[in-house]
Amino acid sequence: MSSNGWLQLAIYLLVLLLSVKPLGLYMAGVFDGSGAVTRWLRPLERGLYKLCRVDGDASMNWKQYALSMLAFNAFGALAVYALQRLQAYLPWNPQQMSAVTPDSSFNTAVSYITNTNWQGYGGESSMSYLTQMLGLGVQNFLSAATGIAVLVALVRGFTLKQAQQIGSFWVDLTRATLYVLLPLSLILALALVGQGVVQSFSAYQTATLVDPITVSEPVTDAAGNALKDAHGNPETRPVQVTTQTIPLGPAASQIAIKQLGTNGGGFFNVNSAHPFENPTPLSNLLEVLAILLIPAALCYSFGRLIGDTRQGWALLAAMLVLWIPLLGLTAWAEGRSNPAYPPALAQAASAQQSGGNMEGKETRFGVADSALWAAATTAASNGSVNSMHDSYTPVGGLIPMWLIQLGEVIFGGVGSGLYGMLVFAIIAVFIAGLMVGRTPEYLGKKLEAFEMKMASLVILIPPFFSLVGTAIAVSAAAGRAGTANPGAHGFSEILYAFSSASNNNGSAFAGLSANTAFYNTLLGIVMWTSRYWLIVPVLAIAGSLAAKKHVPAGAGTLPTHTPLFVVLLASTVLVVGALAFFPALALGPIVEELQFAAH
Amino acid sequence: MSRILLPSLLSLLVFSVLTGLIYPFMVTGIAALCCEHQAQGSLIRQADRLVGSSLIGQPFDDPKYFWPRPSATTPQPYNGASSAGSNLGPTNPAQLDAVRTQLAALQQADPDNKWPVPIDLVTASASGLDPHISPAAAEYQLMRVARARAIDPQRLRSLVAAHTQSRQWALLGEPRVNVLELNLALDALH
Repeated sequence: MSSNGWLQLAIYLLVLLLSVKPLGLYMAGVFDGSGAVTRWLRPLERGLYKLCRVDGDASMNWKQYALSMLAFNAFGALAVYALQRLQAYLPWNPQQMSAVTPDSSFNTAVSYITNTNWQGYGGESSMSYLTQMLGLGVQNFLSAATGIAVLVALVRGFTLKQAQQIGSFWVDLTRATLYVLLPLSLILALALVGQGVVQSFSAYQTATLVDPITVSEPVTDAAGNALKDAHGNPETRPVQVTTQTIPLGPAASQIAIKQLGTNGGGFFNVNSAHPFENPTPLSNLLEVLAILLIPAALCYSFGRLIGDTRQGWALLAAMLVLWIPLLGLTAWAEGRSNPAYPPALAQAASAQQSGGNMEGKETRFGVADSALWAAATTAASNGSVNSMHDSYTPVGGLIPMWLIQLGEVIFGGVGSGLYGMLVFAIIAVFIAGLMVGRTPEYLGKKLEAFEMKMASLVILIPPFFSLVGTAIAVSAAAGRAGTANPGAHGFSEILYAFSSASNNNGSAFAGLSANTAFYNTLLGIVMWTSRYWLIVPVLAIAGSLAAKKHVPAGAGTLPTHTPLFVVLLASTVLVVGALAFFPALALGPIVEELQFAAH
Repeated sequence: MSRILLPSLLSLLVFSVLTGLIYPFMVTGIAALCCEHQAQGSLIRQADRLVGSSLIGQPFDDPKYFWPRPSATTPQPYNGASSAGSNLGPTNPAQLDAVRTQLAALQQADPDNKWPVPIDLVTASASGLDPHISPAAAEYQLMRVARARAIDPQRLRSLVAAHTQSRQWALLGEPRVNVLELNLALDALH
């Protein structure tokens, strides 16, 4: 990779870190209600509560909080399902898209309420403008706001003392949407339109090609069956193509929240690799910055809310210690030449070309911007892509997959990443407590058997579903039929799909034909269970911690803002992820890397 | 129970209107004022005929035009109605075959050209609609186009340079040449 490429990565990190404190401070003010904007807009907020029949002053215990969250998300899933099934009868459907199939609608509905945003469908060929806006767009906001709300509830578990209530789900949800997600999305959407992202309700346009081309088309009989020639090959006839369809739609508004809310479901099939979704290097920088912006800044908000910003910086440091080397490794891997290619190719980077592995990458992004995106979108549970991970070199594809498998806690989803990381911090403190033989405590709260049971559920459920799902799919003919690449790479496609679903990421080794009843159903169930089977234990921890007394730090308390703790926390994440997934990775990308290098 | 179900349903309705209707219409409204051209797809018209978008690549296979990158969309390349990458892995024989086929087509169209072929010119883009090629890929094709059009290579080179975008702010992304715009400019020379 060129030196400019490395410079771009460094600048990205710098801009990201510079925005952590201002945005983190703002969000802390939003969630405890002390911020200036929150105070000015209080009448608007009150008006919304009135419309929704919500008591803005009533606090909930953790079970009421969890039930409200589940009911709200269940209605959301029904709405997204219904919009897809009925879109043919609804307005804003200029391309006259017909109803989406039941299994695909189920998968997509679950995928969007769980903040996974796995795309089994192609946006421009299956979804009406109304479905995109009112179904998918809305859940982009609400699933992200749900994640933030659960995080804020967990933070209250640490700050409240001997309390039965952990706050109101409706208040947290409303504030996250109204003061954080909506204004940031509006700014980003307009910046993106300026760069060339489309925002239009017109029907698709038809352009006349400058240089018409001839392609061969399979010949079919009256019944629609493909005909074969005398040698048994499919019969084809030449067809002249003289026009090109130019797709449009209200894309910019949706892409902004898709990036900011760690959602990741694209307006178009190829997501942010599409020139209408991500037209320039600047739009790319803004979009990739938006992926990590809120998850990184929430670390600072957390420190602020618990009254000790050093604790937030320590969590952010643990994330960066893990992420930066993995980012560098992805960029290095993709800058390599393919040893199997003919010698008549120029594969090295130069002033005139990006070089490296350009299969599945766009010219305007080259290797550096593509690798940066891949590492960011998988570290956060975003799942949008600007290059095709399936065509990455074996190690280049291994790192994004492993970043997902590490549990989406290195930045992770909006809210969900940090509550996941706090659970890992609880585990790390517990392990340290075992080593020195003292009762573990974190942020002034004693950690006991109940918290540890819930924390174990949170870290074990995603690997369980990743691996069991993969095992089922490779054992079933319907699962194996979906792979697009032979050998170890085909296995990687399936492992990536289930890792992505069970960690609510949503990116894919997209060669896998996942829009089938088998994959839509199985992946849908995996996404559903691993989202809510994590949220409910996290809320249980919040409720249990809130009810406890505050324990003042003593001589035996492990300080959790030191470099020592950062290393301990990062190691815990690493060891759990490595132990769970090394055998599976050895069968996929590691074997393939040996084949790749052996050429 | 109605203390939970009713607020759930009403909140979903209220937030759907706010984030699913008011917000996208607001963005559309402001976009129509500030950047109508971009919001409508950066379309290129010639004498009232729509010839394409400067952001969406088009297929070219005539030697007198600069060729774009291979496209994996189906059923035809550069199908704007269905964006797609090849999703072929680096050790997949089918990917190697695709690279060799494209390499052979380029060499056949310009048998005397012994320069190495830039990698982006033989690999399928992520979107299948990549509007750009690298400056190296334009330079590789320059003599072929000059010969087919019988124009001075130096003149052609300066036309290519005029359609080459450097890194944004001299820093971001990669330098690139917009194939459709360059080819339209070529046709305008005559």
